[in-house]
Amino acid sequence: MANAVHIVVCAGIVPDPLQTLEPITGPNGPGLKNEMVLPAVLDPWAASALYEAASLAAKNPGSKVWLVSLGPKAKLQQVMMTVAQKVHFDLVPIDGPIGGFPDAHSTAAALAGAINAIPGLDKAKLLLFGGWESATRGAGVTLQLTGELLSITDQFQGVDQIDLRDDGSFEVLERVEGGKHQVSVCAGTPAVLGWATGNLAEPRNNPQVGMVNMRTIMPALQKAKPATLAANGLRYVSVGLPKQQRTTRVVKDLTPDQIAAELVEWIGAE
Amino acid sequence: MENLLVLTHVDETGSALTKASLEAVTAGRELAARLGASLTIGIVAADAAAAAGVLASTGARLLAVSGEAFAQPRYTSDAAACEALCRAAAATIVLAPGSSRFSRVGAGVAHRLGGFIDTHITALGGTEAVEATRWFYRQRVEAVLSRDARPWFLLLDAGTHAAFAGEPAAVAVEQVSVELPPLRTTVTGIHAPKQDAQTIRPNAKLLLVAGAGWTKKQADGKIHAEEAGDLILGFLRAAGASLGSSKSLVDQRGEDQPVLPFLTHLNQIGQTGATPRHAMGLSTCCHGEEPHVVGWRFIADRRAISLDPNCGWTRGKADVVYIADAFQVMAKVNALLGAGAGK
Repeated sequence: MANAVHIVVCAGIVPDPLQTLEPITGPNGPGLKNEMVLPAVLDPWAASALYEAASLAAKNPGSKVWLVSLGPKAKLQQVMMTVAQKVHFDLVPIDGPIGGFPDAHSTAAALAGAINAIPGLDKAKLLLFGGWESATRGAGVTLQLTGELLSITDQFQGVDQIDLRDDGSFEVLERVEGGKHQVSVCAGTPAVLGWATGNLAEPRNNPQVGMVNMRTIMPALQKAKPATLAANGLRYVSVGLPKQQRTTRVVKDLTPDQIAAELVEWIGAE
Repeated sequence: MENLLVLTHVDETGSALTKASLEAVTAGRELAARLGASLTIGIVAADAAAAAGVLASTGARLLAVSGEAFAQPRYTSDAAACEALCRAAAATIVLAPGSSRFSRVGAGVAHRLGGFIDTHITALGGTEAVEATRWFYRQRVEAVLSRDARPWFLLLDAGTHAAFAGEPAAVAVEQVSVELPPLRTTVTGIHAPKQDAQTIRPNAKLLLVAGAGWTKKQADGKIHAEEAGDLILGFLRAAGASLGSSKSLVDQRGEDQPVLPFLTHLNQIGQTGATPRHAMGLSTCCHGEEPHVVGWRFIADRRAISLDPNCGWTRGKADVVYIADAFQVMAKVNALLGAGAGK
C-alpha cells in the first residue's frame, strides 16, 4: 500500500471525430449545429489518461480512480455506456454545457470544485490526470488551471509514460519539440499529468466491468450538480468553417516514371 | 494604455533564444506599434545576458530571470520566473511562444496573476480591440475572439510570424529576482531517437504523410510492410523530409497487424496528433479526413498519391492527386533522388 495513489481523471466528451461539424451562433454564443444529437465519445487524449490511470492503479494496490466529467447529463450517460466497459472507475459527473466554446477558466473552476468535494480523496496522494489538450477547445489549459486551483505545482504536459518507484517518486516522459521526450523525476504526489497518447491500447469492452461501474454511475448521474460557466469577458467576434477550397488537379494518365519525375521536380531536390 | 510583455526562453544551447521566441518578439513589436503600447521582453534562462544581445535593436525594455534553476524546463521554476517577469513589467497583455516549455506553465501563470489565457493563436488583429484568431475542434472550426479582462495571455503557434532578426549588440538587461519554492522535480535528460532514426523534422520543407494503405494487401494479394518501410525511410533520407502518419496506421501497433516499426504516436497528425507546419506535403496511401483536412491545415502546397480517383477527402484539399500505386511511384522517386530504390 506504500505506493497507493488516488488518481482523478478529468475527461470531457466530444463529437465523434468522423462527424461533420457546422458552427452556429445562438443566444448563448457559438456552438455546433445539432450538437446534442451528434454521436459523442470520451475525449481521445483524456481517454488515454483514463486507461493509463487504470493501469497504474492496478499495479499499485490500494489505489483508486475517479473520472470527473463535465457535460449534459443525458450525453454523459450515453457515453458512459461504452466507457464504463473499459476500466474500473467512480464517475463524478458535473451537469454542464457541452462543446469547446465555453471559457476554460470557468470549466477549471467547476472541475476543481467537484474534485474538492470527492469523499475520501487524499490530496497528498493525488495524481490529477487528463488529456493535454481536448478535441474541442484544444487549448491545453484546463488541466493546468485545475491543478493551480488545487495548489498542485508539479505539472507535466504531453505525457507518454509514468514510472512509479518504490520510494513514491516517479519518472515522467513529456513530449517536447522535434519528436523527443523530456525525462523528469518528481519526488512524489501530488502532481498534474496531461496525457498525450501514452503507450496503452484501448482496452476491449468488458461487460462485467461495465455492470460493476454502472451500479455507481447511474446514481452519480442522478445526483450530478449543475454548473453554469461564466464567460469571463470572453467574446467571440466570429466563428466559422475555413473557406479555403483548393482546385484539385486529378492526374490519372501518367505512368509511375512520369509521376516520379514530376514529384522530384516539385520537391526541387534533383 | 496597454503594457505589452513578450516572454521568451532559450534553446537547448542555453545561450540563444528559440526561433519560436523570436517569432513572438516579432508579433509583440507589431502589436505594440499598432496599439501604441509599451513593449517589454522577458527572458528566462540560466544566463539571460548571453541571449539578450540579439534583442538590442528592438528598443524594448529587457527583463530577465537568470540562474541555474532556470536552465531546466520545469513547471515550478518556470511558473515562478514568468510570474515575476509579468509582475515586474506590470503587463496587461502577455505574448509567449506556444512551446512545450511555456505551454506547460502559461495557464498557471495567468491564474496566479488573476488573468486569462488563450492559446494556439495564429493571428492577431483588430482595430478597436485586440482580436486573436485560433482554431477549435482540432483545426476544423476557426474563430476570432477578444477579451476585456487583463492581464490577457496569448500563446502563439510556431510558424505564424517571421522570426525577429536583429544585429547583436551589447544591451542592458534588468535582472528580476525570484524566490523559488522547494523544487520537487528534476529534469534528468532527453530521450531522442538516434540521429539517423529520427523521422520527425519540424524544420523540414516537406512532410510525407503515410496512411494505412501501406500495410494493406497489395495487387498481388500480399502485404509488403517491410518494403513499405524501406521505401518510406529511403525517401525521408533522400528528401530530408519529416514523417507524419494517419491514426489508423499508428494504431495498428497495438492491434497485432503489420506495422512500420519506426512509426510512433509522435508521428501521428490529425485529430489526436500534431498539426505540423511545413511548406509542402505529400500524402501517400491515405484515405480519410484526418490527414487531408485536419493534419494538413497549415501545409501550404499539397500533393497526394492515391489509388482511389473518387476519394472525397483529397478533392478540394490537395492541389494535385496522382492516381497511382504509391509503392511503384515512391520506388521511382527514390531512384531519381539517389536513394537506391529506398534501400
